[in-house]
Amino acid sequence: MRLDDKVGFHPSMKPIQKMYQDGNVAILHGVGYENSPRSHFRSMDIWHTCEPDTLGTEGWLARIVRDLDPDKDNVVTAVSMGPSLFRALVGPGVPVATVENIDSYGMLTGLTPEEKLSRVLSRYRRVYSPAIGTGPVMDYLGQTGRDALEGADILAAAPANYSSNIEYADSPVGKKLKGIAQIHLAGLGSRIFYLDHGGFDTHADQISTHSRLWEEVSRGIQDFFDDLKTHGEADNVVMFLFSEFGRRVQDNGGGTDHGAGGVCLVIGDNVKGGQYGEYPSTREADLEQGDLVPSTDFRSVYTTLVEDWMGLDPTEVVGGTFEKPEFILK
Amino acid sequence: MIDENIKLMAHLMRRAGFGASRDELERRVAVGYEATVEELLNPDAQEPVDYYEFLRYYPNWWKPGTQGGRGHAGWVWRMIKTQAPLQEKLCLFYHQLFATGVSKVDHYDEIEDMLDMFREKGMCSYKTILMEVARNPAMLFWLDNHENHATSVNENWGRELLELFSMGIGNYTETDVRECSRAFTGWTMTHKLPRFHMGRFDWEFEFRPEDHDAGEKEFLGHTGNFDGEEIIDIILSKPATAAFIARHLYTFFVADEHQVPAWSVTPPKDPDAVQAIAKRLIDTDYNMGEAMRFILLSDFFKEAQFAKVKNPTEVVIGTLRLVGDTDRVSPKTMDWCIDITNMGQDLMNPPSVEGWHSGIEWINSGTLMKRTNFTAELISEYSRPGVVNIMNRVKSAGTAPEAVVDACLEVMGPLEIPAGARQELIDHATSLGPIDWANESASDGGAARVSELIQLIVSLREYQFA
Repeated sequence: MRLDDKVGFHPSMKPIQKMYQDGNVAILHGVGYENSPRSHFRSMDIWHTCEPDTLGTEGWLARIVRDLDPDKDNVVTAVSMGPSLFRALVGPGVPVATVENIDSYGMLTGLTPEEKLSRVLSRYRRVYSPAIGTGPVMDYLGQTGRDALEGADILAAAPANYSSNIEYADSPVGKKLKGIAQIHLAGLGSRIFYLDHGGFDTHADQISTHSRLWEEVSRGIQDFFDDLKTHGEADNVVMFLFSEFGRRVQDNGGGTDHGAGGVCLVIGDNVKGGQYGEYPSTREADLEQGDLVPSTDFRSVYTTLVEDWMGLDPTEVVGGTFEKPEFILK
Repeated sequence: MIDENIKLMAHLMRRAGFGASRDELERRVAVGYEATVEELLNPDAQEPVDYYEFLRYYPNWWKPGTQGGRGHAGWVWRMIKTQAPLQEKLCLFYHQLFATGVSKVDHYDEIEDMLDMFREKGMCSYKTILMEVARNPAMLFWLDNHENHATSVNENWGRELLELFSMGIGNYTETDVRECSRAFTGWTMTHKLPRFHMGRFDWEFEFRPEDHDAGEKEFLGHTGNFDGEEIIDIILSKPATAAFIARHLYTFFVADEHQVPAWSVTPPKDPDAVQAIAKRLIDTDYNMGEAMRFILLSDFFKEAQFAKVKNPTEVVIGTLRLVGDTDRVSPKTMDWCIDITNMGQDLMNPPSVEGWHSGIEWINSGTLMKRTNFTAELISEYSRPGVVNIMNRVKSAGTAPEAVVDACLEVMGPLEIPAGARQELIDHATSLGPIDWANESASDGGAARVSELIQLIVSLREYQFA
């Protein structure tokens, strides 16, 4: 589906194309960083920590959580739609609720009766108290235990108070987005939600796999924003989509190998729709090891999100000063 | 107070297996540490798991095909039942290293076959393992080597062979990736036929000479018309490979390390230990059994007690082996598969070819809840023989709260916890009045009280470590 004489959306992305036409989707071209290692894992680390040269220990989103809530008043400021806790959210002393299934989120739920449960949980709280710890790993476990207890109490309200006439599509990404909508609509003060969907590593069978994946993602995003709109809560959410690198320009017969420069999308009512950044040249002479040379540093995109959307100083968060594409409405 | 021999044996069995009951630990201490290591290194001397017993209860698991999310049930059964735990632990090690999943392979049978190979050859040379993996249909499909043609090279397998399975980032160039991939062109599998009503056809390795690029290659400073096996030989001749495999062994069996993607930019935590393991690998032509013997007998291993966060498989299998009542195939076997998954380790379906991030990354608020809830619930089931055994041992400690708490910690580990946490447990034991073993059926009797205590103990931070 053509947007202009150069770029277009995959036919499975109709819902996103519609949002683009409504002016709510920013497309960022050629995003990446210099000397891309073409390894998923190292590259993902770099995107998560903003540290291309050394081993980062802190996620960029964790730094945002700390700025938003330095006293850790709210353990559900950030929610990682699990089972895993994404590295972007990992930082010393930063609480994150990692929720896989919000309906069963609770500690020692098998203990009955209620009186016994509360007796054991109050002891659990004491044993997990900050005073008793030996080193960073123990401290991390201690904090995680305490945050889990507190987060479970807070999050219990979310599914109970949620009702919606939107029927989410039955896909993993649809389920996660529904969970996010439930927590967001409960008004618990959560500011950052993280989820993933895969696998886009289409070395083979790219045509059919890509179709399926983008259909799932696009439908999920449509359901999510429709849900928020129904509840009048769509104007305070911006959704950011990225992958750790693009694919190689020349296909390998059935798919494409790891590349460098890629594309990011930012979606929401507060997004100034359109295309940003320079589309990297696809001429063979301009490629680097057969890959698109990134034209925009990924930390530029982060900078806009941190400064213009979250209203925070981006320098510390992204580790430097970068050009700022203006894709957020002022 | 804690018996050092028991403590060390418990450590060995947690690492080279899935933990052991106090009875088993005492039996093994009587035999000796080194003799136990030898026993672990000789799985063939043990009575094998009767897999047909499992299949009698779950006949559909003969070639589980696409049994959504539960195709690893047979492996779970093996891990619960095995008398040769190191053999299964090595399967888990290799599965983490050569992470291959049904999310793409869509076919548990083939991944089971890969596991069977690890079970059979896990203590052979690493060259044997690499050659087997390079010809394994699940791996070929997982990393698209069936799409790697003489006329159009697909780098997926070639890259991961170098990055994740042998050398690690920083020890080769993009040209090496290309040349390596060329050498594996034509290494493919027989037709991948669609499902039919009786299941699927097995996949088989196939070499197609007409699709192999037999031309000259320049790889890691060597020039020649290399094929895949020669490439593997060159890889294994590089010290970086021994160091990389050694670091994998160290991380899995000795102590938690940085995650694999960080290895190119961070040195090992214990460089001497990793170097010693690497040297052992080189000296023995990469014999993995020898490397394991070296590790398990070394001081750095013995000193690394509780230096690892248990992975979800260790949590679930370890707890099941501890509480017992696993003689017969349980209808809950399928639930246990999902329990492991919910704690963050969907076996036979890793998140990517990198495998799972381990160590502290196993723990987040959600997975900590799953671990705690699973373990506490199982340990609260009085009727299980392992729990009865625990009760009897604690009972013999008498009624003094301190003695009862210490007995619980002994039999649940032995577990050493900070004085403050121990005092909390003692306070908890005291808070409901004196412990009374005379009236066992009473809801506030000794057994009920100890049950509450051991549920608290498995919820402790210290219990999350292996």
